[in-house]
Amino acid sequence: MRHHLILRVVTKLLVGCIILFAFYVQFHGDFSPGGGFQAGVIMAVAFILYGIVFGLRKVQAVFPPWVVHKMVALGVLIYAGTGVVSLFLGYGFLDYGAFAPHHPSHGQHYGILAVEFGVGVTVTGVMVAIYYAFAARPARLSDEEW
Amino acid sequence: MLVVTALAIVRLRNLFAVAMLSGVFSLLSALLFVAMDAVDVAFTEAAVGAGISTVLVLGTLALTSRVEKPASHSPLLPLFVVFVTGAVLIYGTLDMPNFGSADAPAMTHVAPDYLKRTPEEIDVPNVVTAILASYRGYDTMGETAVVFTAGIGVLLLMSGLRRRREDDDDDDDDADADAQGAEEEGGVY
Amino acid sequence: MGDSATFEFVVGHANYWLFSVLMMTGLYVVVARGNLVKKIVGLNMFQTSVFMLYISMGRVDGGTAPIFPVDMEIDPAVIYSNPLPHVLILTAIVVGIATTALGLSLIIRIREEFGTIEEDDILVAERILAAEDDKAHGEAMGGRT
Repeated sequence: MRHHLILRVVTKLLVGCIILFAFYVQFHGDFSPGGGFQAGVIMAVAFILYGIVFGLRKVQAVFPPWVVHKMVALGVLIYAGTGVVSLFLGYGFLDYGAFAPHHPSHGQHYGILAVEFGVGVTVTGVMVAIYYAFAARPARLSDEEW
Repeated sequence: MLVVTALAIVRLRNLFAVAMLSGVFSLLSALLFVAMDAVDVAFTEAAVGAGISTVLVLGTLALTSRVEKPASHSPLLPLFVVFVTGAVLIYGTLDMPNFGSADAPAMTHVAPDYLKRTPEEIDVPNVVTAILASYRGYDTMGETAVVFTAGIGVLLLMSGLRRRREDDDDDDDDADADAQGAEEEGGVY
Repeated sequence: MGDSATFEFVVGHANYWLFSVLMMTGLYVVVARGNLVKKIVGLNMFQTSVFMLYISMGRVDGGTAPIFPVDMEIDPAVIYSNPLPHVLILTAIVVGIATTALGLSLIIRIREEFGTIEEDDILVAERILAAEDDKAHGEAMGGRT
């Protein structure tokens, strides 16, 4: 899509906004609709849009595949790790009261943030990894055939 | 609207149009979710269904083919199966509570409990997040693990095989990786 | 049953019937169409109609979205919809797209092996392969085929 000037300029403007919105959805998820799943998908959409317009090589320079693959596993580790930490603090698995023993609802806030962050990281990683896997294949149809 | 879109998906043979219509279908269902007060779900459906899923289907089309072949079988048997199943389903709904009734079984057990306890115990305005991450944290961990497994499955199926096959024409390598992919798929369901 | 009761029953159940119709449309695409991509799209339609069925069960008349005011001063007169189906479906959507992606990648691999994504052609190709295998095996075992 080298010749689509408008697409390229608009994409440059949009990608930043999309990523900002993804962070908003991620960390404001306790107060408004949103959370890790949606934020992960939106974050992935930002990179996919960049990849579609500027090409796979450009986006992989920003967000290399090995980082993506690590993120896929890291999110699940963060989630399960939250549970293990609360276990070691003497509470049940995934009992967020552990993080602020004198103020259980604050503990819940911290726990929910950590867990949602884990979900967001995994979902971003998986979606971008799937896109990379699909886009790395040589296409059978040329652009004109569409 | 939804039904019209669905029927158009059945009729059309141009897969590009089918991909676009499935995006439209997702967007319309997101509107329906908003109308039924499920804003979180609508948000997800709009982002996933109309965004990522369309991109993935288009990516698949670019790697395969664009036009569907005309069906070779008669559609009578599938139609019969579908009508019988539909009739059974509709017969099943006759016992369901009315749409929007507040004393339905789904409303009377845990749901009011969650709504009552969330302000006291978790103090988070969005009840959906509270249940998702705290009361049903185990569930969500399982779902995350499923997403993880599916991602690994896609990576195993799609990456590296082509390069290896060009290196040497040995088929064993390929079959090995395929078997791994199949295992991952088994794990998902 | 009086006329108004029948009317109420029909209106109260029309949503379930709509979702049944959508579900059956999806099932028809999966069963009757040979193209694998179309089957996946049909499966997605089926899935979405199940989601709608769940969400419609969580709806309460006069209710609103289950999000409290930010200052947490909850008016007891406000009715909130059932948040539990929302949670279940929210995660199910994301899992659904992940498994859909897995299905699509399987389709791409099938296309690379068989050169087609039509079910009938794949069956034909598999039969030919099986026949060749049989023949090779038979010759190796002493020529009896």
